[in-house]
Order: sequence, then structure tokens, then C-alpha cells
Amino acid sequence: MTKKIQITLNGKKTSVEVQAHRLLLDLLRDEIGLTGTKEGCGTGDCGACTVLLNGKPVNSCLILSGELDGAEIVTIEGLKIGPELHPVQKAFIQDGGAQCGYCTPGMLMMSKALLEENPNPTEEDIRFALSGNLCRCTGYAKIVQAVQDAAVELRRMKTEG
Amino acid sequence: MRRPEPLEIFQPASIREASAIVKEKGPGGRFLAGGTDLVIAMKEKGLSPKYVVDLKRVPNLSGICEEADGSLTIGALTTMREVETSPAVCKRFPFLAQSAAEVGSIQIRNRATIGGNMANATPSADVAPALLALEAGVKIAGAAGERTLNLGEFFRGPGQTAMLPEEILTAIVIPAAHPNLVGEYIKFSPREMMDLAYVGVAVALVLDGKKRCDAARIALGAVSPTPMRAPKAEAVIEKQILTEELAQRAGDEAARECKPISDVRSSAEYRRAMVGAMTKRALLNAAERPGPVAWTERRERRY
Ligand SMILES: Cc1cc2nc3c(=O)[nH]c(=O)nc-3n(C[C@H](O)[C@H](O)[C@H](O)COP(=O)(O)OP(=O)(O)OC[C@H]3O[C@@H](n4cnc5c(N)ncnc54)[C@H](O)[C@@H]3O)c2cc1C
Repeated sequence: MTKKIQITLNGKKTSVEVQAHRLLLDLLRDEIGLTGTKEGCGTGDCGACTVLLNGKPVNSCLILSGELDGAEIVTIEGLKIGPELHPVQKAFIQDGGAQCGYCTPGMLMMSKALLEENPNPTEEDIRFALSGNLCRCTGYAKIVQAVQDAAVELRRMKTEG
Repeated sequence: MRRPEPLEIFQPASIREASAIVKEKGPGGRFLAGGTDLVIAMKEKGLSPKYVVDLKRVPNLSGICEEADGSLTIGALTTMREVETSPAVCKRFPFLAQSAAEVGSIQIRNRATIGGNMANATPSADVAPALLALEAGVKIAGAAGERTLNLGEFFRGPGQTAMLPEEILTAIVIPAAHPNLVGEYIKFSPREMMDLAYVGVAVALVLDGKKRCDAARIALGAVSPTPMRAPKAEAVIEKQILTEELAQRAGDEAARECKPISDVRSSAEYRRAMVGAMTKRALLNAAERPGPVAWTERRERRY
């Protein structure tokens, strides 16, 4: 069954023709061409496919396109603030929070969501929030560091307006 | 990874409309809540429903409400993340909030619903033991109107419930609880996160000032075809002063009355032994250190 849906994708209202059974992940990558969102396990365990759906981090590999009419979706391609990288992106680069980079888009989306909810997370808060994001290069120490540094920068941006 | 097969998707705006779609379309359809069990079944187990009825647009199926009679109603479509962070749940039943927080990851819990956890009827469903220990009921709506069942009567076997195909689980109702009620949920799994329970134990106790158990409810997950109460273990402690020795005896009794199987996670013998140890620990934890705990503390409470 195909269906015409309206979504807001990375801030832009778009209307797309979707097949109801298509996964959001495949809609993004194969139909719309936003290949930053990755498929890892395909079963909701690894978090590589994390996107924000109506402001909340979710696994796009477990969502059917047919239910998305009216949804607001943010992917890694929409993380930048204007022309500037988002502070979590900058911190991951600066701290070496990526090795092969495959898990990075998911890590970044989850980190952004965490810092919006909790601007001053402890290391344990960060590890708890990222427990559904798997890094097979085992780079967690630097990832946690990057999220902490991004938190500092985001708080600074906020106080300086 | 395999993809779902083509299907039709409906987004009804009322329960009546949702039931009517199933009546009209006939067998071979599924309700959809968060999809964290359903889409997995399509991808991993070859399930290919002809049509899917998404319940997320039906008004009033989600949210948590403290009723005037002291009961707590949790809409079936309420997400695990909402249960985990709900001030009402955290205040009244911190161990229920914790059991919701044990499910998958934040990404999963933003989608997974409490109703889906019950309707899917997995023996290891994390929220089931706490709800059984709180003697929760479920509200079910269908063509013939609404009915209420005890959660214990709702589960019929692995993946089996008392619902008819066109019936919808609308809410979970936790009856008014004694103000002194304390509880604990221990999810026993060697991994800190992202694994199913090898054994789940929930206890709810009403203790007087001298640690005498005026009421005791013990419920177990992942050790029988459905989540279960352990009435013989409850009888060991009811009306008794809770001591370490008594908690041990209750644990031994729970280990005898559960019916575990062996699978990839664990042997039946190991599960049985862990039911004994975790029941004892849950009882002592509930009596001594009630209240919400950080996840880092949970692992200490297990050992
Ligand atoms: C990576 C991952 C990790 C997980 N970890 C855990 C875990 O640690 N602990 C745990 O307990 N579970 C876990 N699960 C399983 C799952 O997330 C939960 O069981 C969840 O609560 C299911 O809810 P849902 O809303 O996603 O259900 P869905 O997948 O939408 O539905 C499940 C079934 O119930 C039916 N259904 C749903 N809602 C209703 C309703 N209101 N009325 C009638 N029928 C209904 C559907 O038709 C379907 O058959 C995990 C799943 C994944 C993918």
C-alpha cells in the first residue's frame, strides 16, 4: 500500500509517497537519500539508526513509514546549527570520539537528546543514556569525554545567550 | 536484515473504529503500539500481517492518572519512558518505575508501551512482575464493550492472552495501595543493560513498625510460561516478622514453585537457584532500603 504523508524533515515540511511497510531507516536512506543514518543490527540493539522522532531518540530500523503522517524527524544531516557544526559534533571531532565512525551518527543524535533533557549529566548519566548505542571500536571513554565537553560548551552558549 | 512484507496500515481515531477494522478485515491483522515487538517479529520471525492497526492516534489511550479512589490508571499506550519518569509512579511505586527503566535502551523505551509489554505476553516481560505484585487489573475493550480482568488471568501462555483478536487493551489499573507498601524489582541478568531478564523478581510488602508483614506479594518473571505469582512463598512470610532466615525460606519456596526452562540464556537449574537468591534479596532490600535508586546502585542491590 502506498500512502502520501506529510513530514517535517530536518526542519523542512515535505510530502512523500511511501509504502506503508517501508522502514523509516530505508525511507531516509534509499528514497530521500539521507545516508548519514546507519543500519547496524537491524533489531534495535545497536542504536546506529537513531533519529529524533517528534523530539525523542528512537531506532529508525523499527518504525514503519505508514504511521508517520505528521511526524517531525531530525537526522544527523539536520544536526548542524546554521552553517556551524553542533557542539556535540565539534566535541566528538576534538576528543577523538569516533574511530571507524559507523556508530557516530547514532551516538550524536542520542547525545544531543540527552543534553537537551539534562544539560549537566554525570559520567553515569551519559553511560546510562548511551547504553543503546554500541561502538565496536570500543571507544567509549572518548565518547563519554566528548559528551561532557559538549555539555560544557552548550551551557556556555546558553549563559552567553 | 530481512524487511517487513507489504501491508496496509490503518490509523483509527477511536476504539470502536479500531475494532470495526479488525472485524471487517478479518484474521491476519495486528494492532500496532510501539512496534518494538511487532516489527522485530516481522524482521526476525517471518511474521507478515496483512494489515496493521496503529493505536497511537486513538485519544485517551496513553497517560497516567491518579484516580480519586486512590487507584492509578496507566493507559496501555503509555511508553516505558513515560512510566519510568512519571512523578506519580516514581513516588508511589518506585520499583515499578525501575522495572520500566530496565527495558532495552532509551530509544526502545521511547517507543515500547506498557500495554505492548503485557499484550505480547513474553514470560520475561520486565514490567509484569511488578504489576502482578501490585495486583493490577487490565481493561479490555471490544465490540461487546469493556471488561476488566486481573493481570494474573490475562496471561495464558507464552504470547497468549485472554484477549480476542479484535479486543484492545486500553489501560492497566493499579488498585489503591496501603501507604506503608514497599517493593523491589530485581532483574537478574549478567549484563547491565540491553538484555532480557534471566530471572525477574518483584515483591510488594506492607510492613508495620516491627517489620511484621501484614501483606506480602511475590511475582516472578522468565521462570514459567507466563509471569507468575508465588503464593506459597508469600504464605511463608505473611503475618511474620521479616528476618534474613525467613526471607531465605521464602526464597527456597519460590524456587520450588517456579517452572523454569533451559534456553540460550540459562539452564533451568540456574534459574531456579537465582529465583531463590533474588527473592530473598528483593525481600530484604524492600524492607531495608526502599525508595528510588540510581541504576548504578541497582547492580549493588542485586549482589
Ligand atoms: C532491542 C530491544 C530490547 C528489548 N528489551 C526488553 C527488555 O529488556 N525487557 C522487556 O520486557 N522487553 C524488551 N523488549 C521487548 C519490547 O520492547 C517490549 O515488550 C515492549 O513493551 C512492547 O511494546 P510495544 O508497544 O512496542 O508493542 P508492539 O510491538 O507494538 O506490540 C506487541 C504485540 O502486542 C499487541 N498489542 C500492543 N498493544 C496492544 C493493545 N493496546 N491492545 C491489544 N494488543 C496490543 C500487538 O498487536 C503485538 O502483537 C525489547 C525489544 C527490543 C527491540
